[in-house]
Amino acid sequence: MKYNWNWGILLDLEPGGSGVYLQYLLVGLGWTLTVALAAWVIALMLGALIGTLRTAPNRWLSRLCTAYVELFRNIPLLVQMFLWYFVLPELLPRALGDWIKQLPPPWGSYVPAVLCLALYTSVRVAEQVRAGIQSLPRGQMMAGTAMGLTLPQTYRYVVLPMTFRIILPPLTSEFLNCIKNSSVALTIGVMELTARARAMQEFSFQVFEAFTAATLIYLATNILVVFAMRVVERKVRVPGYISAGGAPQAGH
Amino acid sequence: MFTGFDLDVIQRSFVYLFRDGMTFTLTLTAIAMAGGIVFGTLLAMMRLSSFRLLAAAAGAYVNLMRSLPLVLVIFWFYFLVPWIGGWLIGASGTVKVGAFLSSAITFTMFEAAYYCEIMRAGIQSIPRGQVAAGQALGLNYWQTMGLVVLPQAFRNMVPVLLTQTIILFQDTSLVYVISVTDFLGAASKVANRDGRLVEMYLFAALVYFIVSFTASQYVRSLQSRIAVIR
Repeated sequence: MKYNWNWGILLDLEPGGSGVYLQYLLVGLGWTLTVALAAWVIALMLGALIGTLRTAPNRWLSRLCTAYVELFRNIPLLVQMFLWYFVLPELLPRALGDWIKQLPPPWGSYVPAVLCLALYTSVRVAEQVRAGIQSLPRGQMMAGTAMGLTLPQTYRYVVLPMTFRIILPPLTSEFLNCIKNSSVALTIGVMELTARARAMQEFSFQVFEAFTAATLIYLATNILVVFAMRVVERKVRVPGYISAGGAPQAGH
Repeated sequence: MFTGFDLDVIQRSFVYLFRDGMTFTLTLTAIAMAGGIVFGTLLAMMRLSSFRLLAAAAGAYVNLMRSLPLVLVIFWFYFLVPWIGGWLIGASGTVKVGAFLSSAITFTMFEAAYYCEIMRAGIQSIPRGQVAAGQALGLNYWQTMGLVVLPQAFRNMVPVLLTQTIILFQDTSLVYVISVTDFLGAASKVANRDGRLVEMYLFAALVYFIVSFTASQYVRSLQSRIAVIR
């Protein structure tokens, strides 16, 4: 048994004519990051909103948000991808559905992938935000009320600024998850890093070079994000708080 | 909106979906959970070991697995396992490995990294004095671990381990990328054969939701029960 290693393949031209394989993979990384970043922006906004509302003293509102969280947490990401890509256009009014189906190639799968990943990630962000709010001493909320702030003002000026500074470390790992989860978008045709490694393997038959290259690119991205976030975390750390989320959590 | 919905396709394919598809998904989940917890616990013990080399090796493995997307790991093992198999039996080429074995190995190895982190937290939640007490009684490392530390660590971590298993159950749907017929694969095959994507994918989502939701509610009640005792 012998595998013929050929690292030179990375500098060979890929059949699509866009350049060498290494470049092909790096463009894939670009797509991975665009999907992940776009999804992350939406997820942060939605997650902050949902997580906050879950702690709000309105029972129906918090129940509604709990239902949202349970819905998106208990369906596999891959199934959600299919729902956005295959099912949603069929359920919308005919004209709108046809318009979605006729979007030009990268966008036809890019938009559903981003929306799917955004909503999937928003649930995880919401859970972190809720946990962060609930980890604050109750006195902070009371102090806000005692100073005559309204409930929205208390959240805006007292609770949320503290929460976001506390939950930054878990949010970093959620962002890393978001980058990793964007690879599921390959099932609906987004040519991101994993998809391109797979395509490179099919074109060139150099299985392990393709996957090793993709692995190293993912690792480098991870390390970069972790270091960047460590700098941010040090900047915004609340003096006196060691870190949030000491309890272990399941997740990917 | 829901006009022209064909619920009959679900009824027609019901037996196939559950006998072929769901059985595969559940078996894979069970095997990966059992294997993952065993390997994960060993990895956790290695990570906490005082042998630097052992700790570093386990740490590198766990961090590597945790920073890669599952889809990529599935591809890796899908191509790697036949080569390793060939190397193990000394064959000149690759050996044929079935879809089930390949995915079982993949998920066991991948989940072991996640279970490892949970078990590590569990072991670290046990006061150091207990280890010292074990040693004072003359127990060796394996006895201290097996009789004193691990039983308590497991007990503390049962809810998290189960939550991770629910995530694993959902993640097994990703074997779709290597065209294995799990529950989602079966649903997708029927959907494409009969041109009934909407019905089949909605039904698959519903089934996954019911199973995961029920399981997570159970874990939550278990968690509160354990919390009361402690």
